[in-house]
Amino acid sequence: MSDKPKGPTPTLTPAETPTSERQPSAKELAWEKNTLQPFLEKNPERAYDFTTTSGHPIRRLYTEADLAGRDPERDLGLPGVPPYTRGIHPTMYRTRLWTMRQFAGFGTAEDTNARFRYLLSQGQTGLSTAFDLPTLMGYDSDHPLSEGEVGKCGVAISSLADMEVLFDKIPLANVTTSMTINSPAAVIWAMYLAVAEKQGADWKKISGTLQNDILKEYIAQKEYIYPPAPSMRLVIDTFEFGIKNTPKFNTISISGYHIREAGSTAIQELAFTLRDGLEYVEWGRRRGLHVDEFVPQLSFFFNAHNDFFEEIAKYRAARRIWHKAMTGRYKSKHPRSCALRFHTQTAGCSLTAQQPYNNVVRTAVQALAAVMGGTQSLHTNSLDEAWALPTEFAATIALRTQQIIAHETGVTNTVDPLGGSYFVETLTNEVERGAWDYIDKIDAMGGMVEAIERGYPQREIAEASYRYQMAVDKKEKIVVGVNDFVSEEKPLEILQIDETVAHRQGERLRKLRAERSQAEVDHRLTALRNAAKGKENLMPFIFEAVKAYATLGEVCDAMRDVFGTYEEVAIT
Amino acid sequence: MPEKKIRVLIAKPGLDGHDRGAKVIARALRDAGMEVIYTGLRQTPEMIASAALQEDVDVIGLSILSGAHNTICPQLMNLLHEKGMSDVTVLVGGIIPEADIPGLKKSGIAEIFLPGTSTQDIVDFIYKRVSRA
Repeated sequence: MSDKPKGPTPTLTPAETPTSERQPSAKELAWEKNTLQPFLEKNPERAYDFTTTSGHPIRRLYTEADLAGRDPERDLGLPGVPPYTRGIHPTMYRTRLWTMRQFAGFGTAEDTNARFRYLLSQGQTGLSTAFDLPTLMGYDSDHPLSEGEVGKCGVAISSLADMEVLFDKIPLANVTTSMTINSPAAVIWAMYLAVAEKQGADWKKISGTLQNDILKEYIAQKEYIYPPAPSMRLVIDTFEFGIKNTPKFNTISISGYHIREAGSTAIQELAFTLRDGLEYVEWGRRRGLHVDEFVPQLSFFFNAHNDFFEEIAKYRAARRIWHKAMTGRYKSKHPRSCALRFHTQTAGCSLTAQQPYNNVVRTAVQALAAVMGGTQSLHTNSLDEAWALPTEFAATIALRTQQIIAHETGVTNTVDPLGGSYFVETLTNEVERGAWDYIDKIDAMGGMVEAIERGYPQREIAEASYRYQMAVDKKEKIVVGVNDFVSEEKPLEILQIDETVAHRQGERLRKLRAERSQAEVDHRLTALRNAAKGKENLMPFIFEAVKAYATLGEVCDAMRDVFGTYEEVAIT
Repeated sequence: MPEKKIRVLIAKPGLDGHDRGAKVIARALRDAGMEVIYTGLRQTPEMIASAALQEDVDVIGLSILSGAHNTICPQLMNLLHEKGMSDVTVLVGGIIPEADIPGLKKSGIAEIFLPGTSTQDIVDFIYKRVSRA
């Protein structure tokens, strides 16, 4: 990877006020002496240090002194215009609420199709597909390594035939669909486009989001197949294909969610995600794509953890950093390239197996932070998240949580309701500064692919995750129902996926292989294998193969033959 | 002379890549004075049993979050039995429905640690169990 050009260092220094330079007003100093000190002598505080969930220190009080040297015009601006700190639209939720997009998928395509149609009937406004582990790893349901995993963590999709069932009676011309698939993203997307074509939907008009973020797989979620270079080639192939054929489709959702779930801090989540984003921009440019031609189709995906203000600061800082990077590094002129759009999911890792009904409350607070931070779409986790995939009952409460925030709390009435808060603005600045520090370090390593190969982000996350667990074990951080406020409880009713799913899938694959034209499949797979050896865009070859009903496993194997597979050096 | 350190194999079977728990446990056991070998991801029961034999471990800790435990655990227990390693303590940590716990214990799993367990509880369990044996 030594041939990769280094990105230029940021031209703008991040806004910041180190505490040592903080200069309180005479009034504040007098208050400290005359009011605060005597009060503290009688009423000491509960702790010496107050920190966020991520361990970021928080001051007792924020005042004008924390924002000294700030230029509101430069740092905040107004919504819908650079630097987009206050939001990417001038009216935000007054015009259109965020998309309520509940992640769903389990069992066979029939099972998930029924859940999709149920969620749409309950007022959900977009679809989001969870695939099972064999699908995520590019194996068919009847592969030996799929044993015990079929339909468990998501829906089993092994071929176009399954995809046709998944979207049966769901008009892809009208519904936007998000697909959480990474290493085999190009293959699953090809199947989706084939279904859209069969339904007569216009590719130029269909919209949705492909997760397609392989970098965070190496960093956090670890569902990778191929080594980084061919994986990045596949990602850029989808960008290039998307520009020409599906201009409204987000060809990637650059994800911090999984980085956070793996145990990172909020700042690490932000920094690694945005640096991943810049890595995709770099690789796109190397392909010869113009920044403002493909960056408008890039979208982001963040976590919403428990620490309310830290999360809000993170989203606001994300928009400001991305704007700075796109205008500063890449001289972008296109507002859609510079305005960071993102999906949010509440933090699965924050939810507890103990007293699971408390998770409804945690999720509501997290979702509120996402909305106060200006998210474009949202998934709220179900109360049974720590046990299993959600039952219909649990999934409905999760959706209702969003509807209550949207229609009852009043937070949607004004844009960026916390803008100007001494605390939120200071925290936004600090989170931004922390993220730039990481981004600079990764730039110095030569980029994110190099940093991953060195194990740098993986090690930083493992450290943070261990620190957090130790803080919980020592009760320095309280988790209600887990290390404090413990009570007896009855087991929860959960969704169980049995092995009949695997049998049904096996049966369907046998039938598919018997009925399709094997000659056509072989021909298409050979063409794909040959193309993979060269430099051509692989999307058209993958598309023809899936249309001939080559299975997911067969298509991924054709590329395994050429690209090989990746094994990480495990860091503990 | 210090006592011989307890040897633990932390393994991540199945296709799942969520290794946060496995890594935290590996490090906590190491900090508690045990010798820990981490297999890395996507280990089949065969690979885990061979690694356990080769490394001559006292304990195998499996991290399973994907719902594949009812397939993986009995396979591993059979292999250990075949290799004459029935004395190895096998622990499971992860997302395991309560209804599946009796079946897993019957297959020979010594203990199942659910989400929210403190690392100290696992350390204590291992010291108690292995020094008694």
